[in-house]
Amino acid sequence: MWFFSDEHRMIQETVRQFAQTTLAPRIEELDEHEGFHREAFPKMGELGLLGITVSEADGGAGQGAVSATIAMEEMAAVDASTTLSYLAHAILCVNQIARNGTPEQKQRFLPKLLSGEHIGGMGMSEPEAGSDALGMKTRATRDGSSYILNGAKTWITNGPVGETFYCYAKTGEGKKDVSTFIIEKGTAGFSVGKKFKKMGMRASPTGELVFDQCKIPELNRIGAEGSSIAAMMRNLDLERITIAGMSLGMARSAIEAATQYSKERKQFGKPIGAFQQIQERLAEASAWYEACRALTYNSAYAFDLSQAGAPGAPSTREISALAARAKLQAAQMATQVGLDAIQILGGYGYTREFPVERQMRDAKLIEIGAGTNEVLRLIIARQMLGDEVANA
Amino acid sequence: MNFQPSEMQTELTDLTRKFAREKLFPLIEEDENEGRFRPEIIAELGKLGLTGIPVGEAYGGAGLGYSEYVPVLEEIAGASASYAISVAVTGLAQVILEKFGTDAQKQHITRLASGQAIGAFSLSEAGSGSDAGALRTTAKREGDHYVLNGTKLWTTQGDSADVILLMARTGSQADGPKGVSTFLIEKGTPGLKLGKREKKMGCHISHTMELILENVRVPVSMRVADEGEGFKIAMTALDSGRITIAAVALGVAKAAMDVAVSHAGQREQFGKPIGEYQGVSFLLADMAVQYEAAKLLVQKAAWLKDAGKPFSTEAAMAKLAATDMAMKVTTDAVQVLGGSGYTQDFPVERYMREAKVLQIVEGTNQIQRLVIGRSLLRSSS
Repeated sequence: MWFFSDEHRMIQETVRQFAQTTLAPRIEELDEHEGFHREAFPKMGELGLLGITVSEADGGAGQGAVSATIAMEEMAAVDASTTLSYLAHAILCVNQIARNGTPEQKQRFLPKLLSGEHIGGMGMSEPEAGSDALGMKTRATRDGSSYILNGAKTWITNGPVGETFYCYAKTGEGKKDVSTFIIEKGTAGFSVGKKFKKMGMRASPTGELVFDQCKIPELNRIGAEGSSIAAMMRNLDLERITIAGMSLGMARSAIEAATQYSKERKQFGKPIGAFQQIQERLAEASAWYEACRALTYNSAYAFDLSQAGAPGAPSTREISALAARAKLQAAQMATQVGLDAIQILGGYGYTREFPVERQMRDAKLIEIGAGTNEVLRLIIARQMLGDEVANA
Repeated sequence: MNFQPSEMQTELTDLTRKFAREKLFPLIEEDENEGRFRPEIIAELGKLGLTGIPVGEAYGGAGLGYSEYVPVLEEIAGASASYAISVAVTGLAQVILEKFGTDAQKQHITRLASGQAIGAFSLSEAGSGSDAGALRTTAKREGDHYVLNGTKLWTTQGDSADVILLMARTGSQADGPKGVSTFLIEKGTPGLKLGKREKKMGCHISHTMELILENVRVPVSMRVADEGEGFKIAMTALDSGRITIAAVALGVAKAAMDVAVSHAGQREQFGKPIGEYQGVSFLLADMAVQYEAAKLLVQKAAWLKDAGKPFSTEAAMAKLAATDMAMKVTTDAVQVLGGSGYTQDFPVERYMREAKVLQIVEGTNQIQRLVIGRSLLRSSS
């Protein structure tokens, strides 16, 4: 983007190099065998990426949504799976602990997460509470200076491999009585359920977290009891903006592969790029990609302004709608661009000799995770129409 | 005009559906993960009379038309696109031999039609996909044999096929499409080697093979039709083949739609089934409209072919419409199922991966547009 600062460009260059040297050589094999690139995390830690949005005082890089989105875009252009695991770690877990935890909690949990020794994740969705997140049924019942958790979380990125989870549970009868707890691997009563076999993002393990009379000390509760909704929603905005960056990276890669192939592949005595059908697809793909890129970084920039309390910054509600628009468009764009790239590469595109089929499989997830297209449309419409009309 | 399915169509649909749902579907998830093709499935389909639908009874076929073939393929594809493609490709070899083969060559139809043997069709090469007439594999005449050399790509079930119809160049490269001839090659012919098996996005049961020909000797009697007729044969075959791929697309789309509709009726969020939200129910409505519209086009192409009328433009239209529809419907079905749709707990992600290849095979959809566009301009001039 033309407005990127020197610092932004430096992050872009650093992550691009990291992705090429560390992620690129392994992703094909990891995708095929549903592995996990754990060794990439300490390296990200060294580069300061694991605490990208964490203040420098807390050991982070002190960056905002724009930088985080850049990191996501660059990594996802090469390996969307590891990027998704990075998102769950750095944005959904680390960022939240840094934003909402006490100094003591930050001291306890952040160092190992920032170094990449521990892998983090977040637990919100449940089997019966996906789009309807507040319909969650996992309960935390007070027991002296502890809580007893019962219930199950599902679709948890890094579930099967993580050590530290930022989990939501109901602490009251009301829909909004939601509290947050840090759950650590090895805690009695906490287990990892099944690991999902997926269409894409196969090198980013997704699983269930199961709580059966799981005793969690009050010291692990983040924020006041029943006060987690605002922080949860705010972080969803950051998640959506940065995950839109992933769609940008995947789409960019697919467009580059299709463009390169269109120059090299000859049929009927000329490069296929000479045919208008191919030109049209490439042109449409790049136009949609650029539009999404502008929208996504505009949202990221607005998020940072709002976070800094800058005068005239957009309201929280406007940020939510902006983030929803960015992710809605970028996610759909990346799937369509992926499908078109496969089509341009023809039979080759359908094989694993080229990365486009993997990128398309990965891209589809972004239309579902972090708020389905359908939920995002609802959020946007509510902002436009007002709750009274939208929910009439 | 009559939209009433014939008794034969209904009977075949029911018979195939029962087999597809009860015998086939339970095997598919694991076999797709393992890439395991079971020839015995083709044999069982053969016992039911489903592997030789469009060829004459004289060769052990059912002597029916594409109007009967389409629902059979659709039902098989509802369980497995891989097996539907397998039946379609084996069928293609029979159709070509019936139309162009000598009596001796037609003897092979019987074992293909009964499902006891598997057929393949080998046209593409690394440098010639859409531009099929530019193929480079050579067939040099030496006495009463041809000696074939070259490498073919994307040959469906090239590893399990007993009978391969293979296009090679008997003329010079400068002859282009006019220098291509068709050969019937049997499994085990010396010099016919299997190259790599493609790793793909989907349809893992259906093996996509590279075939390497090193001094493969084929008797002159196994050349199908005259020298130089090969490209014409291939194009004729592709015209019919497009109807079969369109039928496969219908099956994949219908299966995905059924799962999506059922899920939308059961899955509750915010206190009611998600199907009650317009965002979901309109998606389902569009799926149904696009499926029904494509199906009519496929049926029309099949009817034209069965009636002996020109059908290649309609076959291209049917293939284009049905496969684009299947891509859209399966992608939307994954969306309706959300996170579940993205996992292997439900088959919709598989349907989506299967749909994509249908937009590429039997002439990419770009080629279909080329065929249709040319035909429109030709008929208006």
